[in-house]
Amino acid sequence: MAVGLDKIEPGKIIEKEHLIVEGMDISGHWNRMFEQRVIWDYDVDKLEKVAALPGGESLNWCYGCAKCTAVCPVDIVGDYSPRKIHRKTQMGIDLFSSPDLWLCTTCMNCLRVCPKEVNMINIMPAVREQAVLEGYVPAELQKAFEDTAKHGNPLGQPQRKRADWIKKAGVPVPIIKDLKRPVDILWYVGSYPSYHPRGIDAASAAARIFNALGIDFGILGIEEKDDGDSQRLAGEKGLFEMLAEENIATFGKYEFNRMVVTGPHEFNAFKNEYPKLGADFKVFHYTRFLVEHLDKLKPLLKKPINLKVTFHDPCYLGRHNGEYEAPRELLRAIPGIELVEMGRCRENGYCCGGGGGGMWLDSFSKEHTTMRLSERRVREAAEYGADVLAVCCPFEVSRFEDAAKSTGNDKLMVKDILELLDESMRG
Amino acid sequence: MNIIVPIKQIPNLTDELEINSDGTNLDHDALQYVLNEFDEHAIEEAVLTKESAGDAVRSAVTVIGVDTTGELDSVLHTALAKGADKVAKISGDFPRGTDSHTQAKLIADAIKNMSPDIVMTGVQAADDRDGQIGPMIAAHLGLPYVGVVTSVAAKDGKAVVHKEYAGGVMAEFEVTLPMVVGVQAAHQPPRYAPVSKIRQIAKTAKVDDISGGDPVGSGSNVRKMFKPESAGHAEMWDGDPAEVAEKIVGMIREKGLLK
Amino acid sequence: MGNDILVLAEHLNGKVSDISFEMIGKAKELAQKFGGKAIAILMGSGVKSLAESLGADSVLYVDDPALAQFNPEAYSRALAAVIKDRAPRVVMIGNTSMGMDVGAWLSVSTELPLIAYVNGLAIEGSTLVATSQIYGGKIQAEAIPNGESCLVSCLAGAFPVGAGLAPALVPAQSVEQIASPVPLNDLKVKFIKLIEPEKGDVDITQQPILVSIGRGIGGQENIELAQELASALGCAVSSSRPITDAGWLPKTRQVGKSGLTVKPKIYLALGISGAPEHLEGMRGAELIIAVNTDAKAPIFDVAHYGATCDMLDLIPALTEKIKG
Ligand SMILES: Cc1cc2nc3c(=O)[nH]c(=O)nc-3n(C[C@H](O)[C@H](O)[C@H](O)COP(=O)(O)OP(=O)(O)OC[C@H]3O[C@@H](n4cnc5c(N)ncnc54)[C@H](O)[C@@H]3O)c2cc1C
Ligand code: SF4
Ligand code: SF4
Repeated sequence: MAVGLDKIEPGKIIEKEHLIVEGMDISGHWNRMFEQRVIWDYDVDKLEKVAALPGGESLNWCYGCAKCTAVCPVDIVGDYSPRKIHRKTQMGIDLFSSPDLWLCTTCMNCLRVCPKEVNMINIMPAVREQAVLEGYVPAELQKAFEDTAKHGNPLGQPQRKRADWIKKAGVPVPIIKDLKRPVDILWYVGSYPSYHPRGIDAASAAARIFNALGIDFGILGIEEKDDGDSQRLAGEKGLFEMLAEENIATFGKYEFNRMVVTGPHEFNAFKNEYPKLGADFKVFHYTRFLVEHLDKLKPLLKKPINLKVTFHDPCYLGRHNGEYEAPRELLRAIPGIELVEMGRCRENGYCCGGGGGGMWLDSFSKEHTTMRLSERRVREAAEYGADVLAVCCPFEVSRFEDAAKSTGNDKLMVKDILELLDESMRG
Repeated sequence: MNIIVPIKQIPNLTDELEINSDGTNLDHDALQYVLNEFDEHAIEEAVLTKESAGDAVRSAVTVIGVDTTGELDSVLHTALAKGADKVAKISGDFPRGTDSHTQAKLIADAIKNMSPDIVMTGVQAADDRDGQIGPMIAAHLGLPYVGVVTSVAAKDGKAVVHKEYAGGVMAEFEVTLPMVVGVQAAHQPPRYAPVSKIRQIAKTAKVDDISGGDPVGSGSNVRKMFKPESAGHAEMWDGDPAEVAEKIVGMIREKGLLK
Repeated sequence: MGNDILVLAEHLNGKVSDISFEMIGKAKELAQKFGGKAIAILMGSGVKSLAESLGADSVLYVDDPALAQFNPEAYSRALAAVIKDRAPRVVMIGNTSMGMDVGAWLSVSTELPLIAYVNGLAIEGSTLVATSQIYGGKIQAEAIPNGESCLVSCLAGAFPVGAGLAPALVPAQSVEQIASPVPLNDLKVKFIKLIEPEKGDVDITQQPILVSIGRGIGGQENIELAQELASALGCAVSSSRPITDAGWLPKTRQVGKSGLTVKPKIYLALGISGAPEHLEGMRGAELIIAVNTDAKAPIFDVAHYGATCDMLDLIPALTEKIKG
């Protein structure tokens, strides 16, 4: 059945010149009415198909209050939100083959406000998994899946070069296999910090900070593989499971007290998803870990950085895992920095567009929105007069730096908090 | 329609290729092996041909390769996930980097009694130092061969194939089946096999194991292997735009690409 | 076993392909050292004048309407017969779309070794040494055939064209028409027609050369300059993301992570900085030439050759040179 305006079928319009109800003449221009429409006019099969999937049930719970539409980052640059998805699906649009399926970044802002707990973080991966199985995958995303399966990272770089970045760090970065002894901290570096030039900058900064703090740490080197969490959210559950099994087996070979990760996505994977597959260790995002060492770190931060800095909360650190304070504490510890908050921050932080597979859907998302989320965010940072947009997620540096250029905000610097700490430390 | 797809595993070219200590071969054991990308296209084209042939009951795609790595099973499971019906591997003492002549002979021997209508393989592989297996299989089986093919349409004992020449010009041939085709590109990009599906298949899949005969050898001996000049940074040309333009024209000419 | 070098000459649309001249030039050099002759063989219909344009010591040609167009089956079988008959020392075949159908087939049917992807041939004493370019151009392999005689398939552009052309005024070679060594009436492969490439939507993944432009192009008004260069070269224009983002080129021209992955023989990167997302899509090109005013641009780390001049000066200069 057709959707939208076609629903006002001429046959369903009631128009009476004179209308007498219970003996009273109520004729007037309001006599033109539409026959009541009921939900059964629509083919709800498509909605039922989503709701029947494990994880997809909650789409059916939506009662159309629209709270989500107000906060969904994609709606700001397009026409999107769980409510709209629900409505369209209810009206017969097949989510499995609709571009809408790939626009949600699983940022979780909608779930935060939804009275009915309509949960896109479960719905999206469930529906996407079916779409992937049926072969509906945007080409860019497919390439990232293939690269991850073949090379252990979504950048398509050789596995054997995963530890090459340590030559650029300027300080020792021990590989746990070579140490042949237990370490206090196993540092899971992550794919972007291992391969992307701007990620390597952050990883190198982290290595210098860890060394300066005298931390006993090791990395996995070429044994490390991508965590796979974003691939899972993008619908490739099998790939996630394969990577998780391999990583868990690798972690199991070594003795360490705690794990520190560079990225929020890895943090989410190891904290919330890997335990379901049998992993058992304590994991910290680097921001929280460094806050723990703040007493020792602070005296090292000698050089003032006299800049106006604003901070972008990563969805997978903030909303997903409740960490808002640690990054700010680190920024406040750096002398000279003036920290300004953007309007959309903390619980209501805007999304960079990289989560849930968005990292590998750049052209696809751009085609279905008016602006990249990263571009929207960079404009906001510039509006607040920031010199630096500080981040603590390896997806973000490249996204925002690129967006700063493409929106003509070349002056806005994008830096990982690690880089700012390192700069201040190096004097 | 009975389609057989011979495949080859080759080193992952994204990896740094290392040469062994006596400088005559790659250090194969240190390398990761992947399916030859043209074979991925051959599998796709075979599945598309089967799907369009209509007689699903009698149609089958069999993917077969020489197991030079001990890891061919996972490649074959992927092929099943992409729509192949049967898979087989040829085992024996065939190390990584086994020459094309040997692989072609082993495959030809293995499939000669399978009465294929079409044998579809990748047009070439990055390690074909002694030639491509497609034409060799054709010669062993006494079948006609057409390579650099970008589409196959088979019907009533004949196939219409499109072969690509330089500059995008294409030739259309009609070939009496059976035949061997060297696929350059499937007429649709190879489909994605979700890892979930591959893992599912791996649990139950049956891989036919055929034991192979003796290697026949490549017919030549590599006395030295080396890497062309080490990359790392571009060689910079000085000079004004006209001089730089001259150098660029020279490079284009050297590649034989100037019209 | 003779000392002659036999070369399979290719032609399409009434034109002998450059590869044939390249091989003939090299064959003459090798034949001289072996003390034999460079013999070219050409198959076609009404091809006497094409045969006469070949600069080999002697040229054999088969003239038959059934051979008007390349036919892999006819070529392979005819050549197999000629090889049995003449027993040349070396048979040179192009590693081209046509040659690839023939070379490996012949190796099995004549039981001669084949060395493929050859871009270097030399004689040491009386031994032929063939260098192959394999693993996507990452490795060179020098090999010696077992036995005296062998087949080699040569890469286009490996040898110079000049020496293989017949002198215009007094061709010195002997040109001889021979009967087809095999019957041509029972072929299983039948040529139907040639299909010219469709104009319009270009597939940048299939181009041998790409003129690829980045933000250094400055403005939309300059896109035309790049288009002119591309049409002079008979290739297409591709770009980095900002150019397609701006709508100056269609999305189908974008190279990179969120665009297409290309592997042309030559990639001209003009005014492209070399962001990792861009590099991901073009790293595999055979030859990368970068032009960028910034000598520190990362594109130079993956390019083979580079220059720091202004692309807006270079493009017209280059177009002019190519138009000649
Ligand atoms: C998730 C994601 C996906 C992306 N996907 C892609 C992708 O698929 N493809 C892609 O290309 N990018 C992609 N990008 C963008 C990428 O990060 C870069 O921003 C982009 O490639 C830069 O394009 P550019 O080199 O043309 O521009 P710039 O980086 O601005 O470089 C322009 C260059 O031109 C030079 N120049 C200026 N004037 C001249 C002149 N007159 N003569 C010569 N040189 C001159 C400058 O020195 C400079 O090096 C992606 C980014 C993200 C975050
Ligand atoms: S998770 Fe984020 S992007 Fe997805 S629908 Fe909810 S608010 Fe929008
Ligand atoms: S907030 Fe929840 S209930 Fe309200 S419209 Fe959005 S999804 Fe539906």
